[in-house]
Amino acid sequence: SFQAHKEDKPQKLLEMNGHTSVPHSYDYDLIVIGGGSGGLAAAKEAAKYEKKVMVLDFVMPTPLGNSWGLGGTCVNVGCIPKKLMHQAALLGQALQDSRKFGWQFTEEVKHSWMAMTESVQNYIGSLNWGYRVALREKKVTYENAYGEFVGPHTVKATNKRGVEKLYTAEKFLIATGERPRYLGIPGDKEYCISSDDLFSLPYCPGKTLVVGASYVALECAGFLAGLGLDVTVMVRSILLRGFDQDIANKIGEYMEEHGIDFIREFVPIKVEQIEAGTPGRLKVTAKSTKENQIIEGEYNTVLLAIGRDACTRKIGLDKVGVKINEKTGKIPVNDEEQTNVPYIYAVGDILQDKLELTPVAIQAGRLLVQRLYAGATSKCDYVNVPTTVFTPLEYGACGYSEETAVEKFGEENIEVYHSHFWPLEWTVPSRDNNKCYAKIICNIQDNERVIGFHVLGPNAGEVTQGFAAAIKCGLTKEQLDSTIGIHPVCAEV
Amino acid sequence: GKNEYDLLVIGGGSGGLACAKEAAQFGRKVAVLDYVEPSPQGTKWGLGGTCVNVGCIPKKLMHQAALLGSALKDAQYYGWNIAQPVHHTWSVMAEAVQNYVKSLNWGHRVQLQDKKVKYFNMKGSFSDPYTIRGLTKAGKETIVTAENIVIATGGRPKYPTHIAGALEYGITSDDLFWLKQSPGKTFSEFLMDVSLECAGFLTGIGLDTTVMMRSIPLRGFDQVKYFSPTQQQMASLVTEHMESYGTKFLKRCFPTKVEKLESNRLQVTWKNTDLGTEETDSFDTVMWAVGRAPDTETLNLEAVGVKTNSETGKIIVDASEATSVPHIYAVGDITEGRPELTPTAIAAGKLLAQRLFGQSSELMDYDNVPTTVFTPLEYGCVGLSEEAARQCYGSDNIEVYHAYYKPLEFTVAERDATQCYMKMVCLGEREQRILGLHFIGPNAGEVIQGFALGIKCGATYPQLMKTIGIHPTCAEEITKLHITKRSGLDATVTGC
Repeated sequence: SFQAHKEDKPQKLLEMNGHTSVPHSYDYDLIVIGGGSGGLAAAKEAAKYEKKVMVLDFVMPTPLGNSWGLGGTCVNVGCIPKKLMHQAALLGQALQDSRKFGWQFTEEVKHSWMAMTESVQNYIGSLNWGYRVALREKKVTYENAYGEFVGPHTVKATNKRGVEKLYTAEKFLIATGERPRYLGIPGDKEYCISSDDLFSLPYCPGKTLVVGASYVALECAGFLAGLGLDVTVMVRSILLRGFDQDIANKIGEYMEEHGIDFIREFVPIKVEQIEAGTPGRLKVTAKSTKENQIIEGEYNTVLLAIGRDACTRKIGLDKVGVKINEKTGKIPVNDEEQTNVPYIYAVGDILQDKLELTPVAIQAGRLLVQRLYAGATSKCDYVNVPTTVFTPLEYGACGYSEETAVEKFGEENIEVYHSHFWPLEWTVPSRDNNKCYAKIICNIQDNERVIGFHVLGPNAGEVTQGFAAAIKCGLTKEQLDSTIGIHPVCAEV
Repeated sequence: GKNEYDLLVIGGGSGGLACAKEAAQFGRKVAVLDYVEPSPQGTKWGLGGTCVNVGCIPKKLMHQAALLGSALKDAQYYGWNIAQPVHHTWSVMAEAVQNYVKSLNWGHRVQLQDKKVKYFNMKGSFSDPYTIRGLTKAGKETIVTAENIVIATGGRPKYPTHIAGALEYGITSDDLFWLKQSPGKTFSEFLMDVSLECAGFLTGIGLDTTVMMRSIPLRGFDQVKYFSPTQQQMASLVTEHMESYGTKFLKRCFPTKVEKLESNRLQVTWKNTDLGTEETDSFDTVMWAVGRAPDTETLNLEAVGVKTNSETGKIIVDASEATSVPHIYAVGDITEGRPELTPTAIAAGKLLAQRLFGQSSELMDYDNVPTTVFTPLEYGCVGLSEEAARQCYGSDNIEVYHAYYKPLEFTVAERDATQCYMKMVCLGEREQRILGLHFIGPNAGEVIQGFALGIKCGATYPQLMKTIGIHPTCAEEITKLHITKRSGLDATVTGC
């Protein structure tokens, strides 16, 4: 390992060690703080250009003591385990459908949370391992240590045992991501869990109250119910803020029809433990946001999914002068992901006004590094980024929501084409006729260019991806109409 | 004299019904003749054509039944306690599928009624260029005259009549979907993707299935022999996958006769061209999928001068779907040189009606039509195959990007993803326009559809690379393609 050294340490020593061009005798060309989607993508890319790179990754344990390995949110407590558990729930539905298609088995099939979680965690473990190997192979130095700025071009890395080391670099990339927010009410940190805990919970959560209306809340509520658990969602106001509200409501409706209770316009004010256990029993007291009504409920588990906060407050940004948005904690950057301090960059969930998505972080990280070290000029294109919400009825979208389109272009200048559809595979099991839905929003003034695409139905992600590519190419309604559908698939609608 | 109808459509399938209903929208007097000649085994069905009754619809539903069988196996890994193996009952599935198809037949009749299209359940043939003679099953005759006539009679499966016993004892896709009893141990001779799809789902529901093929599978689809460490052929990837799941393939063999045994089972004899030997085995069902023949024989086309292709028997049409006789048109599987797909028939039928009655001049664009083969591991594609691109532009002027990937859902289920593969064929020069996209994996149809749009918009490789992926999906891997075949590098996707 390296120690901090003064400016006058001869560069020759470093050159002798076989490392090329580390100017001003910094330890590294690039230090990445945060080993998640954005950070690792950038680090691996930089190593391609033979830069000396270090990644500092550290997971502060959750209030309940939970932690995980290298890879960041997506791999450990986000996209990956979420999609796998969503798949487990979909398979439960498939089991029901299969009877109608001629498969025979005993009436009730039970689900084992432990079996599923073990499989999922094993897979995640293999990804953590894979990342460590990849970094090693690419000669990126990795330390499982908490990084924070202590002065210009200098970070302090503190490992689990409290051992501190100092490192210097020519450039830095902050990619520390976010963590779930807590309510700030009595009992929240002691008794409630978050998505940080859910995917490795060593016991079945049982009867669950999900607090929140974010996609995290709805996705988790969705698969928990799909696995056979009694689920209630407590919503302060609207569902899926920022998403197309017409679709958000359809998603909520579908979930309600499939056994998930919604308590609307209430917020929890207190969580108390009735009985300890795995799971235990919790009493939740909630207050109405409209009148003076108080309600109480008993649950085995309370899952908080009310939002995420950027990990920027305790990494010494003040010591190097990096400005953050004091209210949100997010870091404003220019269109080259550069903070107000020229040698410090940032990517991923911590960026202000950018989408919190893995592929965006990866793309931004890679392109940034290519611009820094390979003479490239491409900037990350944040426009028309497609997303998918993996609720029981999946929702894929790209471009404007209907509300935003109306706001920006005026109602008279947009045309909305829409259709309900019934996936062929749902006909035989007589499932949910007329729940699936697709709509496109076109800009009349610009040749009926497709500016918004929304689909609600199975495999929404697979369906949406190609449309996103087409929208990037400037797809118009006419071109859409003249493209032949593949039959019989949902996407042809 | 004055013709009774503005438009008469012969054939109530995808193309015919679409054309008729569209014409009715313009307030025209329209009639549809539809008649199903029973198969040699006696199977028949209602209004809607091949797709609805003995094609896409029942095929995809039975494919789904097979996929659910896989899902049942996967479910264990995801924590569901289900005792394996799970058994499948053909009759439950067949009844459910057949009931759904019947509801579609009904739906089509109602639609025609609602749109005031007259429907005749009769077999039509030309008396003269403006007159059709319709015959009911009972032999009752009706004469119908029309200003414009559209032939959309589609095709029917061919029988290898040179093989003794083929016609008497074999079935085709016309019969398979309507079987009341399980086909049991099945033998299939194969030339087209229909056979692979059927063999795929039959294996998937637990039946012992053997596919015999003379030469290469999926002829007409992508077929590549590429000189790299790994030989990549989309078609062989599909069959490899099927083989690993239990479908038996007898390659470079051809059947010589089918005989009925005392047990009522069927004995198939074939020649193995590799070994030069003759072999036999017995089966419950023999199914032929050796191609489809256009249904034109009984139309009496010669009497009115509608020209057909001497080799294929299909009706020759121009870009506006017109035959050699000015007011007689043809759409769908019956037409020469067109893809045999429902969506193209529907689109062509609609556009034709719009040109005839709606003052449109838009012609059908048959380029870049996306398709999907619904084998156990699905194959979706749009645009040019690799060979076609090389032939068209020269090997030096095209670049092929490819990748082997693993669907996330396969990981926990411990499913083999060896054949999950994608490749994109681009022009090498200038903006690197995308010429073709090929994808093997789950939900291939859903994946390809949107990209087909992109290709219609002239999408280029750089534009695709600028498109952010949706995570975690299989489709996102397309936006990340970067290894070229030319480089010879390992194309396996490794983690995020």
